[in-house]
Amino acid sequence: MPPLRLLFLLCSVLATAGLTGCGADPINAREGAREKIFLINNKAEPRFLDLQRCNSVTEHHIMLSLYQGLVSEDRNSDKDVEPGMAEKWEANADKSVWTFHLQKNAKWSDGAPFTAQDFVWSYRRMLRKELGAQYAEMLYLLKNGLPLYEGKVKEEELGARAIDDATLELTLVGPTPHFPLIACHTSWWPVPRHVIEKYGGIYDVMNPWTDEDKLVGNGPFKLKRYLFRQYLQVERNPHYWDAANVKLDGVRFYSIDDDAVEERLFRRGQLHATYSTPLSRIPDYLKNHPDIVSNYTNCASWYFRVNTTRPALSDVRVRRALAFALDRKSIIDNVLRARQQPAAGMVPPMEGYTQVKEFSFDLPQAKRLLAEAGFPAGNGFPKFNILISKNEASRQIAEAVQAMWRQNLGISVGVTQQDFSVYLTSQQKLDYDICWAGWNADYFDPATFIDMWMTDGGNNETGWSNKDFDQLLADAKQCADAQERLGILTKAEGILMRDTPVLPLYFGTRTRLIHPAVKHWPQRLLDNPVWYHLDLVYPPPASSMDAELNRN
Amino acid sequence: MLRFTLNRLTQSIVVILVVFSITFFMIRLAPGDPFASPKAMPPDVRKVLVERYGLDKPLAVQYFTTMGSYLKGDLLPSMSYQGMWNSKIIKDAFPISLIIGLSALGVALGLGLPAGIIAAVRKNTWLDYGPMSLALIGICLPTFVMGPILIAIFGLKWRLFNVAGWFEKTDWVLPAVTMGLIYAAYIARMTRGGMLEVLNQDYIRTARAKGVPGWRVVLVHALRGGLLPVVAFLGPALAGIATGSFIIEKIFNLPGLGQHFVASVFNRDYSLILATVVLYAVLLVVVNFLTDLLVAWINPKVRLS
Repeated sequence: MPPLRLLFLLCSVLATAGLTGCGADPINAREGAREKIFLINNKAEPRFLDLQRCNSVTEHHIMLSLYQGLVSEDRNSDKDVEPGMAEKWEANADKSVWTFHLQKNAKWSDGAPFTAQDFVWSYRRMLRKELGAQYAEMLYLLKNGLPLYEGKVKEEELGARAIDDATLELTLVGPTPHFPLIACHTSWWPVPRHVIEKYGGIYDVMNPWTDEDKLVGNGPFKLKRYLFRQYLQVERNPHYWDAANVKLDGVRFYSIDDDAVEERLFRRGQLHATYSTPLSRIPDYLKNHPDIVSNYTNCASWYFRVNTTRPALSDVRVRRALAFALDRKSIIDNVLRARQQPAAGMVPPMEGYTQVKEFSFDLPQAKRLLAEAGFPAGNGFPKFNILISKNEASRQIAEAVQAMWRQNLGISVGVTQQDFSVYLTSQQKLDYDICWAGWNADYFDPATFIDMWMTDGGNNETGWSNKDFDQLLADAKQCADAQERLGILTKAEGILMRDTPVLPLYFGTRTRLIHPAVKHWPQRLLDNPVWYHLDLVYPPPASSMDAELNRN
Repeated sequence: MLRFTLNRLTQSIVVILVVFSITFFMIRLAPGDPFASPKAMPPDVRKVLVERYGLDKPLAVQYFTTMGSYLKGDLLPSMSYQGMWNSKIIKDAFPISLIIGLSALGVALGLGLPAGIIAAVRKNTWLDYGPMSLALIGICLPTFVMGPILIAIFGLKWRLFNVAGWFEKTDWVLPAVTMGLIYAAYIARMTRGGMLEVLNQDYIRTARAKGVPGWRVVLVHALRGGLLPVVAFLGPALAGIATGSFIIEKIFNLPGLGQHFVASVFNRDYSLILATVVLYAVLLVVVNFLTDLLVAWINPKVRLS
């Protein structure tokens, strides 16, 4: 045998040994469509599989397949919910006590019975400091939630009670008309007590209950295989209460963080959905492959944080001058090119909410404000830096803004790039001047974009504080009338924009490449895939990329 | 030979200890921390995490407890992938890097050695200029250019291989070739240099004068000496090849060790950084040690000095 062939054979044998049992699972999109296995890139490796410790979009998208809360986001609408583990629910008059009636055939994915007590136990677990759950504060909405977290009351006093196996009563700290939307968030979902207790300590991070052969959930799918840094695959959960209406037989999540790599995989026909599209390729896809590219607004706000404790930047006129001197449309048209919307305020468009439209591109105004603050034509303005992480879009935006401020206001600005974790730490320590940042909605309500600016709030990170603003947030939390509450939030956003600790930039879009075989990809603001509704058709219909996608 | 061996062994242990200590302290000096997340972490939660991983203890205490665990063979849990053991991460990733690395080495030697030998024997002909020019291009062309070119041709155009991932029996081919071509270029040039030097020596002329066939002179008499530079180069290179290339693994989305090397630093995953660096140091030391023995075996001059 010639040495080269021998070598090839040897390597193949080695490689086979190294491939940890991929079996008959499909790896290309056509096969996947036939077998109803959805292949999606999920961008990053999950850091946790313990539902209650999850804190990122990546983990959230996986958890949506493995677990389910009381209610789910409506598959067609962003501002509604549909039944999840609860088939129906009602609230008292002031919307502070909510009663949920669970599905009759609710079960865990191992067939164990699912009861209202599971929710109660889960909330108690989440509200223990030892767990170290980052989203525990979501449950402060429960009566005695915060006191329980601080260890001041007994577990039994928490405002979560199982009336019987199929009825759960939640008592909240105040009227919360939009509670069902909040309850869509993972922090309100249940974890399997019987499994956690079986394999180790309830709060122990090394408890192996999330291993691929042990994890139990209550969602439309259950964990099949988890190969760290390769993929995580879920398969149909026969015990799911609505299993008959789940169309897919499985989902495979990849964790590819490089958008050039995922685009190549897509073009080779190895993916049904990418996470994003390379910045430079977006215009071409939008123009030539409108049937493949899926471009939609995603309820995210992108902005600059301003460190209001720095000289010059502590002057509100300076901050407003900087905000007025941003040509947002030009950044969108020339840098981002994915149909983002210029942001005049902090909160993206949401039905029923009146946005604050404070800032447009207004040079005379900007120059006047800067002169009033004592820096006519930028003279004597201290040099400062824009802090960004190592991300291509943020670099290009920062450079564009740098040029805008220099040309329009005569201000000299530098750009500092830091590793992501350093960039985050710098913000937390207020060790920056101006910083590029973004916020994705946790749940579909304007409060998710406004609450964060509360005095000393963990995500404020600007040093800004305003008593009137804080008071309005407190009022909003006590308001039982939905429409009135939204009005209060608009007022709060008005104060935020007037004081300008943030310079709004744009409202984000998602640009994903979606295989023609995919049916029901939700173009929704929260961008959460509805796994139990998604479908794949075989053979895939014709598309503008057939030459690449429909070959094997 | 025994003294030589013992000597090297002691040196090796010291080197590993120094690498361990320097890494341990240097990563703590870097700004950032393993628990940073885009959504600010409540101080209570941070406190739980910091205590869980013993980061609240004095640095000296942490240093000695960590060393104690390492001596017992426990590489501690990862700090960013909570609930995951470093030893499992390495156990999963290392074989993949090793397979890619060894096959790349095969490609490198398979192409580089013959090219270098032929170029030396047929000096200043097109058999020399041709391969050597290609080798120069190979050295200059970085993997992040070579990789996508190979992917575009063999993956996207001809559809012979997957463009990325670790799923099928043939998935090692493109990464190994990408990596191997670069090393092949180095090896070809080094072999040529080494061979040229040896081919001019008196003992080769003697062999030829005694009527030994030409191919035998080249492959048996000359090659042993001509390969010395390549062997010396391959030792340290092997450790690098085996622990994976970050760029190759990123381009081809391979779940190998190279990705952890870099990602753990970005994540400031103190314990995983330490585990990967120590592993790399151990490999480097072991391979260097073996190379030294091999060189001493090939070349008696080394042993005597």
